Amino acid sequence: MKPLLATLPARAKQYLFIALLCLAAPVSIAGVPKPVLTIENPGECVAPPEVIRRTHMDLLQHQRDKTLREGQRGARISLNACINCHASKSTGSVLGSNENFCQGCHAYVAVKLDCFECHQPRTGIAKATGVKP
Amino acid sequence: MSESEQSGRRAFLGATAAAAAAGLGFVALAPGMQLIKFAEAKAGMAGASSKVRWGMLIDTTRCATGCTDCVTACATENAIDPGSGRPGQSSQWIRKIELKEQSTGREISLPMMCQHCADPPCVDVCPTGASFKRADGIVLVDRHTCIGCRYCMMACPYKARSFVHETLTQQNPEVPRGKGCVESCTLCVQRVDKGQEPACVEACSKGDHTAMLFGDLNNPTSEIARRIATTASSQVRADLRLDPGVRYQGI
Repeated sequence: MKPLLATLPARAKQYLFIALLCLAAPVSIAGVPKPVLTIENPGECVAPPEVIRRTHMDLLQHQRDKTLREGQRGARISLNACINCHASKSTGSVLGSNENFCQGCHAYVAVKLDCFECHQPRTGIAKATGVKP
Repeated sequence: MSESEQSGRRAFLGATAAAAAAGLGFVALAPGMQLIKFAEAKAGMAGASSKVRWGMLIDTTRCATGCTDCVTACATENAIDPGSGRPGQSSQWIRKIELKEQSTGREISLPMMCQHCADPPCVDVCPTGASFKRADGIVLVDRHTCIGCRYCMMACPYKARSFVHETLTQQNPEVPRGKGCVESCTLCVQRVDKGQEPACVEACSKGDHTAMLFGDLNNPTSEIARRIATTASSQVRADLRLDPGVRYQGI
């Protein structure tokens, strides 16, 4: 007698494989730990967390053009303001490890973070003469 | 539409308007849809005005030979670190030039930087629109769109622009800079927007030379406009008719 699997047609075997894969998938997703982020300066953010999670990139991109091209300073949306509240107290930065604010989430969702190739991710950098205290 | 439906809609619109007026800024219209309201009435949000044209007047008779206070102040303010070990590649936003007239032996010293032209050739040649002129005449590079092609460096007759060759980590939070982009003097735009002078001008007057004067060329009552109206000043490479915002006396 042939094994049961060998008696199945090829198409049925494919379906069986996909069904098994679907069963296995939730197990592997549950295995990825969610990022644990410490908010160093808890307080009022510019928007509720669920809004910020979805739209922070749009808010920052909108404001960067206003600030750079039109010279509007002191906006409510500001990358420096994000860093000042969210930089880790131990490293003084929003980058550096997966416990740090920006890097933690971006590593979890596997989205490349370009901001800090030019912008300063750390607080406590010697402020330039033009920066008001 | 029934009466009750109408009143329900009114109540909803009223509630969202009240939330916006309360300064929340974010109003949920439906799940996943938000109205975003920016608090643009805040002080300092007016931005650059085309009524202003920022410029600089440099008196070369006061500029001291060998003094590099302006260059040092620029490097401190904009976190320009020449320490890569390859001086030919390091950024240069401002440099000192010593000139000697061969026939008379007269020597002059002057700082040279981006001249903030009214018709900047760097803006003309930029293929992405990254090189641009602000409404108040300051010529800048938008690093978000700069692809580092360096056409603008070729186009600039003043050799004012630099390319960043290496990864930077010590940027001033107010002055983002990074590898792969072209950059040049910004007239310390982060200071000008707060009502301060550029760092080089401040350093020059602190050093008692007062060779550099910064101000609004469009305002007839400003000191720079009065000096330009009453004393002889010249533009470098005036033949190119770029109308630079930086002018020189005594050359």
